[in-house]
Amino acid sequence: MAKLELKYGNHACAEAAIIAGCRFYAGYPITPSSEIAEKMAELLPKYGGVFIQMEDEIAAMGATVGGSFAGLKSMTATSGPGFSLKQENLGYAFMVEAPCVVVNVQRGGPSTGLPTQPGQQEIMQSLWGTHGDKLIPVFYPGNVQEIMEETIRAFNWAERLRTPVVLLLDEVLGHMRETVDMEQFASDKVEIWDRKMPDVPPEEYLPYKPGEDDVPAIAPYGTPGYRGHATGLHHDYTGFPTTDPETCQELIDRLIRKVKNRQPELEKNEEYKLDDAEIAIVTFGTTARAAKTAVDLAREKGIKVGLLRVITIWPSPEETLNKLAKSVKAILVPELNMGQYVLEVERCAKGEAPVYRLNRANGKIIYPHEILAKIEEIAKGGK
Amino acid sequence: MSTPNIPMEKIIEKKPYFKYLRLNKMPTIWCPGCGIGQAFRATCMALDELGIPNDKVAMVSGIGCSSRTPGYFDGFTLHTTHGRAPTFATGLKLARPELTTIVFTGDGDALAIGGNHFIHAARRNIDLTVVLINNWIYGMTGGQVSPTTPTGSYATTTPYGNYEPQFDIAKLAIAAGATYVARGTAYHAMELKKLIMDGIKHKGFSLIEVLSPCTIVYGRKNRMSIEEMYFWFKENTIPVKAWEKLPEEKRAGKIPRGVLYHDDSRPEYTELYWNKVKELSGGEK
Ligand SMILES: Cc1ncc(C[n+]2csc(CCOP(=O)(O)OP(=O)(O)O)c2C)c(N)n1
Ligand code: SF4
Repeated sequence: MAKLELKYGNHACAEAAIIAGCRFYAGYPITPSSEIAEKMAELLPKYGGVFIQMEDEIAAMGATVGGSFAGLKSMTATSGPGFSLKQENLGYAFMVEAPCVVVNVQRGGPSTGLPTQPGQQEIMQSLWGTHGDKLIPVFYPGNVQEIMEETIRAFNWAERLRTPVVLLLDEVLGHMRETVDMEQFASDKVEIWDRKMPDVPPEEYLPYKPGEDDVPAIAPYGTPGYRGHATGLHHDYTGFPTTDPETCQELIDRLIRKVKNRQPELEKNEEYKLDDAEIAIVTFGTTARAAKTAVDLAREKGIKVGLLRVITIWPSPEETLNKLAKSVKAILVPELNMGQYVLEVERCAKGEAPVYRLNRANGKIIYPHEILAKIEEIAKGGK
Repeated sequence: MSTPNIPMEKIIEKKPYFKYLRLNKMPTIWCPGCGIGQAFRATCMALDELGIPNDKVAMVSGIGCSSRTPGYFDGFTLHTTHGRAPTFATGLKLARPELTTIVFTGDGDALAIGGNHFIHAARRNIDLTVVLINNWIYGMTGGQVSPTTPTGSYATTTPYGNYEPQFDIAKLAIAAGATYVARGTAYHAMELKKLIMDGIKHKGFSLIEVLSPCTIVYGRKNRMSIEEMYFWFKENTIPVKAWEKLPEEKRAGKIPRGVLYHDDSRPEYTELYWNKVKELSGGEK
């Protein structure tokens, strides 16, 4: 039995976080993400959790890591400039392996840009934002139902891999209302993962000694006996600073590997009419909704087009994209930015098919007829 | 690093506060004569006298020489990003109110890059004890000017002398809403222990500013020896009671030390928050 409810995108994100077990939220208001904070402020105290509005986004990210180390599933949400401010502490979260979810409801940038209008301009910042090498998974849902699914999935992977996970939305998704089937989120249906706790006595506990899955167990701060040290500096299994080149390389190798090795499990895409497609559209989020309509419109005109909607945008679905490039004559990547994910698609296509772009960064969404026009051009052999 | 041959129990018998030290991480990175060690020792002694077990203490720091302290403290420790320690500590304390949470920080860390977090933690009156090592300089990065470098002093980035005014940390904290504010020095070690003890006991935001010599960097730049720096604190700081009695003209150049402000009447943040949670969630945490 379906249990249909009309939900607002940002609220759906907050409600799903609660379902996932989130009990700590620290944030700073910014459009178009603020309703996530507002909903969390209402819900968390009722669920015995912590909500705090911090003095800025840097602080919010810091407090989120603090909450995570205390053992609570933790989250923060922001947009554009706020996401930039979080970068340093996001890198810290990655380095100390603090599980947490960072939501970025994208607006138009750069700078304060277009506060109340959509953009998909933080693709590269999500992938490469903080300084140093890292691999932080990035999920990008495409409708309100999926906002809930992906929020829960983000928490699950954050806890399971002991890592921060970025959840990208855009203004349109955050501010839209859609029907959600709540049946799948019932407590007996939804799968929830928790972080790995140490299974050794305190004397043997090493907070950064990884298991076979490259993930170390973590005891919440305050657990008697299981004291530990965390630092953003390179560190060994004990958590203490080291400059030993081998240990440092091993640490970075492991931090990247623990995510990279799970790529097949992390990978999530939606395929639409790709079976016989000669032209493939690759995109995500709001733009994918327009692309889907464009596929139907093109099909009506007899052009064989299909859509690959990428949901786990990082780590990239390298093989899937490469296979796709081999099976089609051309790929089109429409994005609400001046060309970011297209670079990933080009990299993965490895020249197997020409990759075309359709870009916009003026706060307006890309409409289906615009994508259709581009497809017709490509089908005719034009640019 | 090798641990001393004397069995730990023997050491702790003589110096019980040693139980808070991660002896296998010694020696520390601090330069000879540096005041940070004094403040750290005072903190451990304060905890010991209050009888707070290791498992009940979290210590959080930012970046700087002073911020290396948690690495040597055998509790739940977080060495975070430059200036942001109060934010991590706020998250930790809110989620685990039962932990005595100490922030160890430096003047640059807490007041330059971290100024905003510092005043907001004070404003909330959250139960953190901030031990702020004021050594008038950026030690770790090699001697650049800090918001507390005395006007006229030399730093690597003020080769012609500092022309900016100094922050008065205590006044800043009081104005921001801190409910326990004290100032001690690395010279007055036992007094410092008492100030930190009271700060930990105090339920609310406590600041203990510790005037502390950066013997190597500040000392060298300003041609002061280790001894001169310690003596400077002895000669130029006055217990607050005596200072209050001094006529205005005699106060110039002198710094009051001791408890500068103490207010028990304002509610503490975590308690306020969790009471609200109890009310809204029907008692569950
Ligand atoms: C974002 C950022 N900016 C700058 C630095 C470099 N940095 C490290 S320590 C420090 C100053 C520390 O001074 P202080 O807090 O007074 O501590 P001290 O070393 O004197 O104890 C600076 C600027 C940094 N680590 N991070
Ligand atoms: S540089 Fe200064 S503050 Fe840092 S350890 Fe040396 S003496 Fe202490």
